[in-house]
Amino acid sequence: MREETNVATYTYEHSPDHGAKAGVLAYLVTSAVVLLLMMTFGLLMRLEQAQWISIGALRFYELLTLHGAGMVGIAAIAGAAIMWHFLRQYVDLSPRIFVANLVLFLAGVGMVLASVLLGHFHGGWTFLYPLPGKSMGTWTPGAAALFMGGMLVIGVGFVLLHLDIARAIVARYGNFARALGWPQLFGHDDGKAPPPTVVASTMVTIVNLVGLVVGASILTMMLVNLYVPSFDIDPLLAKGMIYFFGHVFINATIYMAVIAVYEILPRYTQRPWKSNKVFLASWTASTLMVMFIFPHHLLMDFAFPTWMLVMGHIIGYLNTVPILIVTGYGALMIVYRSGIRWDMASKLLFLSLFGWAAGAMPAFIDGTITVNYVMHNTLWVPGHFHTYLLLGMVTMVFGFMYYLGKPDHEADDRLIDRIAFWLFTSSVLGFTMSFLYSGKESVARRYAVHLPEWVPYDRIASVFAALVIASSLLFVVRFFSRIGLARRDYQRAPVAGSALV
Amino acid sequence: MQAIAWQISLVLMAFVAFGFAFVAIRSGRREDDYAPLQKRAYRLRTRLFWVVVLAFGPAMIYTLFELPYGASRASPGSGPAQVVEATGHQWRWELSRDRVAAGQPVEFRVTSADVNHSFGIYDADLRLVAQTQAMPGYTNTLRHTFGEEGTYRILCMEYCGLAHHNMLAEIHVGGE
Repeated sequence: MREETNVATYTYEHSPDHGAKAGVLAYLVTSAVVLLLMMTFGLLMRLEQAQWISIGALRFYELLTLHGAGMVGIAAIAGAAIMWHFLRQYVDLSPRIFVANLVLFLAGVGMVLASVLLGHFHGGWTFLYPLPGKSMGTWTPGAAALFMGGMLVIGVGFVLLHLDIARAIVARYGNFARALGWPQLFGHDDGKAPPPTVVASTMVTIVNLVGLVVGASILTMMLVNLYVPSFDIDPLLAKGMIYFFGHVFINATIYMAVIAVYEILPRYTQRPWKSNKVFLASWTASTLMVMFIFPHHLLMDFAFPTWMLVMGHIIGYLNTVPILIVTGYGALMIVYRSGIRWDMASKLLFLSLFGWAAGAMPAFIDGTITVNYVMHNTLWVPGHFHTYLLLGMVTMVFGFMYYLGKPDHEADDRLIDRIAFWLFTSSVLGFTMSFLYSGKESVARRYAVHLPEWVPYDRIASVFAALVIASSLLFVVRFFSRIGLARRDYQRAPVAGSALV
Repeated sequence: MQAIAWQISLVLMAFVAFGFAFVAIRSGRREDDYAPLQKRAYRLRTRLFWVVVLAFGPAMIYTLFELPYGASRASPGSGPAQVVEATGHQWRWELSRDRVAAGQPVEFRVTSADVNHSFGIYDADLRLVAQTQAMPGYTNTLRHTFGEEGTYRILCMEYCGLAHHNMLAEIHVGGE
């Protein structure tokens, strides 16, 4: 934290606002449509728990499985769209592979949908071994295979995408170490470290390639086990591999989406967000931490090696530092007395960093072993991850959509958008707080039917969920109505206060 | 514990909200020369870093002193441990006994006959007091001393299929 004594001088360099390629828009449209659908599934689940509708346990767990798989999938797709859009300014990416990933994603989604809606698979998006193979006759091995095959196809698409990104980064910067800015981090900071977008993309590529290979390995093992039960898998090893993949993959979506903040907020404030030593150190640390933190999902598996559980506990605390002190604080720095012109894009991007940082608080507390002992798998868990995913990651995507669709840099937002912003902010907070409070009250997660004592919290959450969907719908409709603008190259970011461009 | 986690979370989230709100309110009038502002902000960040280290560091270490993995969890009780063999099935609990005495350590040896379950003990007020995963091929030993007599419920805390939410059992404490 002593970079001020040994730091290169950074000045803002204006970057033109590029329109999005058709592929990026296809990713965003896919994400937006699936997001609204999955939000609706989420609302249906909360309404069922609130006893305001009656869809039955089977349908509930099918929706639970789709909601989890769908949300993780579109978070990855939307995050990849943001990363690809900005990264192509610095490296030469392949549009064909980018599109191939979307095609494979849609194929995988089709398999997952068929598995759940036709085959009634409802083993959860985490497909925790050996549940997919032991359904008590409620789904067939074929349905389980279709689900896991679909996940595998989606994973293959992302491996291809990340391999292409890795190729492009290595072609431009020589190796990952340089792309992570290690010469500047461990040597003299000459101010020539790769830009934040490249550093973040390198981090995501490294961790996702490792995570996806581990995920594909356990999926393949489980697919073999489905048809050859004598091919036995250690359940603890399987759980460790699944959570390693799952943790890395879902967290990588935030690290991809935050690139929108790194790229767009400087355009609005005409201030630099550069890769100085602290920034580089935090991303290198995050690269390691996001991979070694996974045992915090297994804190209640007493048979897991204790040293690894303690490692998960400790890294859970350390992991908050880059989020709070580097990225969150970085946003505050460039906005403070910047004369920023607040519009929907800048407001949503600023809000998204609040959502990420705020959600990290109950998350690291949950990663404390003694807390986890009485809060693991209660609604506290969806409470914190909905905070940093919905108010963080998804809000970054909405901010990016508003940025792409802004008619011109002087355009004012409509009143209904402004209202929707505050409705979204307050209803997401109400929604996540009702989850967190339910967790405090020990309400178990993933229950189709709640005990009578829990129902009042479900009713409050249902109301907030409906309002979240209403405001999100407005954001998406606005993006769709401006999609023609999104492809064009023109200045979108308004000039801040008295800044000279 | 749950109330403490809730209160600390609220306070920390409020701090974060305050920081963002403060900056948003002070974002209007531009300071064109960013360098001095950056210098002040970096100084403040260094202080903030140490505040975070000093606040979270001891908490991180202190909370490691009482882990649920060893025998110490049951230390407030006296006398030999009462052993309960607990096996999860889709979708029921099989318990070797359902009555234990209050004030004496209980050792739950938790496993599963089929898929992953989780053995969550709820008190009469529906508060989760302890849990461990029930996994096929492994036995997780959960040691707990019940301070109060009453009927405790065992709920499954790991999604295990269609009737996951119906996987309930009861333990009567103090009846012996």
